[in-house]
Amino acid sequence: MASTIIRRLVHMVAVLFGISVLVFLIFFATPGANPAERIAGKNASPQTVARVERQFGLNRPLPIQYALMMKKIFITRNLTSYVNLGEKVVPQVFKAAPITLSLVAGAAIIWIVVAIAIGAVAAAFRNSWIDRLLMVLSLIGISMPVFWVGTMANLFTQGIWHHTWLFSWVPPLGYVDFSKSPVLWFKSLLIPWITLAILYIGLYARVLRAALIETMQEDFIRTARAKGLSERQVLLRHALRCSLVSVVTLFGLDFGVLVGGGALLTEVVFGLQGVGYLTYQALETLDLPMIMATVIYASVFVVVSNAVVDIVYAAFDPRMRLRR
Amino acid sequence: MNPLLEIVDLAVSFRTSNGLIRAVDGVSFSIAEREILGIVGESGSGKSLTVLAILDLIGDPNAVVTGSIRFRGIELIGQKPETLRRLRGGAIAMIFQDPMTALTPVFTIGAQISEQIRIHTDLSRHAAQARAVELLDAVGLPDPHRAAARYPQELSGGQRQRAVIAMALSCNPALLLADEPTTALDVTVQAQILELIRKLRDDFNSAVILITHNLGVVAETADRVAVMYSGRIVETADTGALFADPHHPYTWGLLGSMPALDGIRRPRLTTIPGLPPALDRRPQGCAFSPRCGFVRPECLPAPPCLTGTMHQAACVIADHERAAARNQVLAA
Amino acid sequence: MSEVSATERDIAPPAPGYWAMAGRKLLRDRAAMISLAVLVIIALLCAAAPWYAAHIAHTNPFRSNLSGTVMRHGKPVEVLGAANNPLHLGIEPIGPSWRLGPYMLGADQQGRDVAARLLYGGGNSLIISFAAAAVCLVLAAITGILAGFFGGWVDRVISWLLDALWAFPVFLLAISLSVVLIAHGIDLGLFRLDASSLALPITIIGVIYVPYVARPVRGLVMGLRQSDYVLAAIGIGAPAWRILWFDILPNVISALVVFAPLIIALDLLTEAALSFLSIGVQPPAASWGTIIHDGESLIYTRPMVAIAPGLAIVITVLALNILGDGLRDALDPRAKLRN
Repeated sequence: MASTIIRRLVHMVAVLFGISVLVFLIFFATPGANPAERIAGKNASPQTVARVERQFGLNRPLPIQYALMMKKIFITRNLTSYVNLGEKVVPQVFKAAPITLSLVAGAAIIWIVVAIAIGAVAAAFRNSWIDRLLMVLSLIGISMPVFWVGTMANLFTQGIWHHTWLFSWVPPLGYVDFSKSPVLWFKSLLIPWITLAILYIGLYARVLRAALIETMQEDFIRTARAKGLSERQVLLRHALRCSLVSVVTLFGLDFGVLVGGGALLTEVVFGLQGVGYLTYQALETLDLPMIMATVIYASVFVVVSNAVVDIVYAAFDPRMRLRR
Repeated sequence: MNPLLEIVDLAVSFRTSNGLIRAVDGVSFSIAEREILGIVGESGSGKSLTVLAILDLIGDPNAVVTGSIRFRGIELIGQKPETLRRLRGGAIAMIFQDPMTALTPVFTIGAQISEQIRIHTDLSRHAAQARAVELLDAVGLPDPHRAAARYPQELSGGQRQRAVIAMALSCNPALLLADEPTTALDVTVQAQILELIRKLRDDFNSAVILITHNLGVVAETADRVAVMYSGRIVETADTGALFADPHHPYTWGLLGSMPALDGIRRPRLTTIPGLPPALDRRPQGCAFSPRCGFVRPECLPAPPCLTGTMHQAACVIADHERAAARNQVLAA
Repeated sequence: MSEVSATERDIAPPAPGYWAMAGRKLLRDRAAMISLAVLVIIALLCAAAPWYAAHIAHTNPFRSNLSGTVMRHGKPVEVLGAANNPLHLGIEPIGPSWRLGPYMLGADQQGRDVAARLLYGGGNSLIISFAAAAVCLVLAAITGILAGFFGGWVDRVISWLLDALWAFPVFLLAISLSVVLIAHGIDLGLFRLDASSLALPITIIGVIYVPYVARPVRGLVMGLRQSDYVLAAIGIGAPAWRILWFDILPNVISALVVFAPLIIALDLLTEAALSFLSIGVQPPAASWGTIIHDGESLIYTRPMVAIAPGLAIVITVLALNILGDGLRDALDPRAKLRN
């Protein structure tokens, strides 16, 4: 087990190195994309561009630029923004992270619970009208762009129906810190949670239903029936436990991506100043260090959650332990 | 004495796009308490379906089961699901063919056995777990405490089949249905498992229906044998009688294709020409007639009925002709 | 995981009549056929955009119309009128008329006809998502077959690249590439893409999903490579191209056909997201994503600007997903896109 973890860690560092190089090359070495021209602004004179190049160290060889950038992100943590000069980037990311985490964790709880319920009910009543209805709803959930769902949610909860009893409790857009008011924190996040959860409910419910139906064909299900278990016990104890593995895998990866900033669109639509929102702002102002920092932060989360999934997977499914 | 289980005219059919197809066709037999009945036949002969039908475990929505299955006088066909559920794993337990896939991979052996115990008794979790260890010991698993804490895939095939048997025995079943319990195992392990099943009758007072395609297994284990071919029983008798004086040409074929483990080695094994008919292309008369060397006109319009009292066979060959015909097949 | 699901398939060359049978099965699938019809209708409507703008809307949907008027209920009404608040602060675009004609779905903030822009934008959205899917499937087939068939160092290099791309969060890759390229386009000597060209989002969106398809294809080809019938073909001395062409390719194509609608759906959603963040389709061109972006600032006054393109996306993606399910059932019930 220990050697597995060490191998995993080495692999993780290697992947992170690869990603950071890739990100760096995308932003600083793409043919035709001259960062100095970006910073200097449109129609800047060649002299200005040259001065900017010297000031930001953009005239040095690429490997040195890369090393400096990494040093500033990971070791000295004093990488500064190109746009708001003097502002340190790394602390900003760490300040935004709890907001993103609040959003994603709440949504994750909703989507896991609801998706398991839908998947199990659909599999239990497979091929009935209940199953068909639930699967059509799931498919619709997968087919809706999350930013549009968010916009529609705002239209109804902040606009048209805001003055009815249904949505009068919804606070104005924006994040309220948990320590300030847990109740308001909850209220301000409930609609974003549901919005973010919809896609994953649809996705997971479909995956779980398929996995359950496949598992229900296995020999051990017949054994479970022959033991005298009721149909419900067979489904919920034996089949569900085996099928959850597929959902656990998905969950680890999706959770990592979302905490890493994948909830960008939801954060933008609801004005939650999380990591994704930072990325979005940096995009609008073309603040390269900020984009670098958020992308690297995101990769760390994705890569780490990949590794965690592998390890949890082994703990969760005894089948995997032997295969190693 | 009333039989423990009595099956009369059991038929299992499947609804298909080409109409209803009969996989089991008019099977009748009974089994007494503490009796071991062997059902022999090739794959597709309907022997597994017959046994699965007893507990309504066929699990195919297109299957139609008709006839009568009485267990201790209670009719099981059309019985309430709840009543059947209580019987399953309680008074009637089942062992499946492939121990590699028959156990849920994410629970320990002990947890799976105690789960069954707790369904049918009101033992506490702790007591059920202790009983599981006892059972594992009784079926001869070394170090039963450790075995109970293991996952199925951490045991060998033979160990797993022992665990499956321990699970089946956990509620002292009056009837044990064993569907090819040794087919997936190594030859040496097979003998041990058969020995174990034979012992069950003495230790647990269980009757056993043993399904197999291997006449050798039956010869060693069963009190009585039923031979199935293409969804019907073609011959049934006490084991000794069947091996001493087999009546049906299909049984001769089975015997001829079996290498003798003891006794005189035959110069060569015989084979039965051709293949069993597909279920939807069964001949109108005797299903074995296309492969039989002794076909007569009376075999063809309708399948012959089982005749005889203790030793029954569905064949028209008369008693006095039998020995000569059989020698043609077996002495070749 | 992808390797497992692919090698577990019943591996055999598609039998003669395989496609005909799959076709018949698909024709019997009512949901899939309705979805296909819906997609065709949407595509035709989008193709009719110039005609609609000229003969029904009577506007140029790419030019601002800040001071124009239009007839409503027999009276001329300003396209961009004073806002309907007590102080009449700001301006408010005209609302939907719900009749075929000018401003059927109202105007956006620049006084442009939303209905006409919806059709033009849909055309761009569809072109981008179909073309990107084609790019993706072709690249994925090439890399997947190379890696799976030849193995060895070819496989190691390709797999490493795919893994690296896979570990990179897809949305961030798309955003990073778009941000960098959207300002200047890309110039690799022979390969030039202008910043305002649709080819830019097509390339970006096409490339980022290659690992999603290439990994299952690689697994499939590796499984086929080990299958008895390919080993037999190698054994009797069939040349590599023959095995690739007759034994491998038909299987790969059947997998790609199953993936195609799902990838198109994914591409459509990605394009919408990028355009919503203003790093996809660039003005004055439109796509459903950019129209939602335009509509966001009007959401409380003229919600139809954002609702209409969103509904169009949902309907299109839903139809693609249902069609994908139908194709999977008809061709290969075991193929899985993710994992």
